[in-house]
Amino acid sequence: MTADFLPEELLIATVADMLQDLDHVAVGAQSPIPGSAALLARARSNGALRVSMLGSEANSPFTDGGRELFDCAAQGRIDAFFLGGGQIDGQANINLVGIGDYPETKVRFPGSFGSAYLYFLVPRVILFREEHTPRVLVPKVDFISAPGVSDEGTYRVGGPHALVTGRCVFDFDKAEKRFRLRSVHPGHTVEEIREQTGFDYDEPDDAPETPAPDAATLDLLRGRVADEVSERYPSFAARIFGAANAA
Amino acid sequence: MGRPAVTQPFTTVEDLAARIPDGAKVALAPDYSGCSMVTVRALIARGARNLHLVGVPSVGFQGDMLIGAGCVATLESAAVTLEEYGPAPRFTAAIKAGTLRMIDGTCPAIHAGLTAAEKGIPFMPIRGIVGSDLLENRDDWTIGRDPFGDEDGPIVMVKAIRPDVTLIHAPLADRQGNVWIGVRREMMLMAHASRQTFVTAEDIYDGDLLADPRMAAGTIPGLYVSEVAEAANGAWPVGLFGQYGADEAHLRDYLKRARSDEGFAGYLDEFVFAPRAAE
Repeated sequence: MTADFLPEELLIATVADMLQDLDHVAVGAQSPIPGSAALLARARSNGALRVSMLGSEANSPFTDGGRELFDCAAQGRIDAFFLGGGQIDGQANINLVGIGDYPETKVRFPGSFGSAYLYFLVPRVILFREEHTPRVLVPKVDFISAPGVSDEGTYRVGGPHALVTGRCVFDFDKAEKRFRLRSVHPGHTVEEIREQTGFDYDEPDDAPETPAPDAATLDLLRGRVADEVSERYPSFAARIFGAANAA
Repeated sequence: MGRPAVTQPFTTVEDLAARIPDGAKVALAPDYSGCSMVTVRALIARGARNLHLVGVPSVGFQGDMLIGAGCVATLESAAVTLEEYGPAPRFTAAIKAGTLRMIDGTCPAIHAGLTAAEKGIPFMPIRGIVGSDLLENRDDWTIGRDPFGDEDGPIVMVKAIRPDVTLIHAPLADRQGNVWIGVRREMMLMAHASRQTFVTAEDIYDGDLLADPRMAAGTIPGLYVSEVAEAANGAWPVGLFGQYGADEAHLRDYLKRARSDEGFAGYLDEFVFAPRAAE
């Protein structure tokens, strides 16, 4: 049977499962789904997980200005972070700068933010991009804002852990430097994912379906988490949880 | 004994804009920090040209408006972001037209460059970045080695960033030129690193911000502050932390109008030029 949950709720629950047993998760700007996932993981941890959301007044522990998050990451005090990309390739390189021949980009994105640094320093970087199409998931990014892998001898304690899209979850295999399909979201197929992915990746013989959020998760999400996330992302919370609560 | 009772005469927003010369390197804070939107409008009104903006570490509406108005030759920033409002229309148009020199950076490298300037040293080492195309496009970043050992591999070094002017809006300033910024301490870093710091203040604090340790910890000492102008609502329309939020309807209207050259010109007429002509 198909349970009553929104695609966004599946994504939030899926990402939250990747944040179990961590001490400190940081969330960057413009990240309502990762932010909700971090808050869900915190709610489940009985407060053991610390969540730092940039731009939030209720959930930011920083008192040393913009640099503190980055200093904190270099000290090893942040276990997980989220990055996206206008383009993401099969080696987990991400492009936040633009499409075309830099600096004459045909399409300009906002910029690299802290990616070129945090990707090296945060052990579990979860790549998150809802749009799963060949224009986003490309064979090779046009500009490397932050590389997915580094040469041996480069100081790198962090890197890509997984890629979550609107269609599926990929794990990143650091040894093979490749993604591997982990699970397919309900309503999507392995064939469709192959077709919509511009890079090559590995695939199990029988890829499982991404687990649906259970009733307890949905209760927590639509209650406490909806309330907490609305401080930073009011329109997102109204759109998703307002709708989910009304359903 | 106490601090000498220096009474710093306050100036006007127009004077601040006049004292930021064409070609100056100007450090600006992101929309969630302290943005002197009122001085940005005055800079546009005075026809500022060839500015080199430094986003600490990114810029929002301030950058988009100044770029659109033709005030900016160079932008050094980790990003131009209007957050949930969408892509920055005038920035995007300027990149497309090739009229803006963009120096793409990453947040902590901008903080590191300012930290070097703050300490009066020429460069700062920083983690990460190795293998990023950002590095390939920067002649002010280089790769070196740890002089005390080699375990860490290559390490990026960024040149100090020394802005001519930091321009910010803050909740409070006192008559000694001390400026309260609370936890938004990127503005402290900016003031330390810059030759001059120009501030517009929402309110004037009646007393000495450094006299009360609870306020002093979040205060930029007047030592670093060149000029202060009182400007209530000076961060409108982006808002000021802890004081007032963004004027969302206005910002959405800006986004709509700034999609075209004509629409943006109309916006400037209405909110920058016409109010001055009426005075």
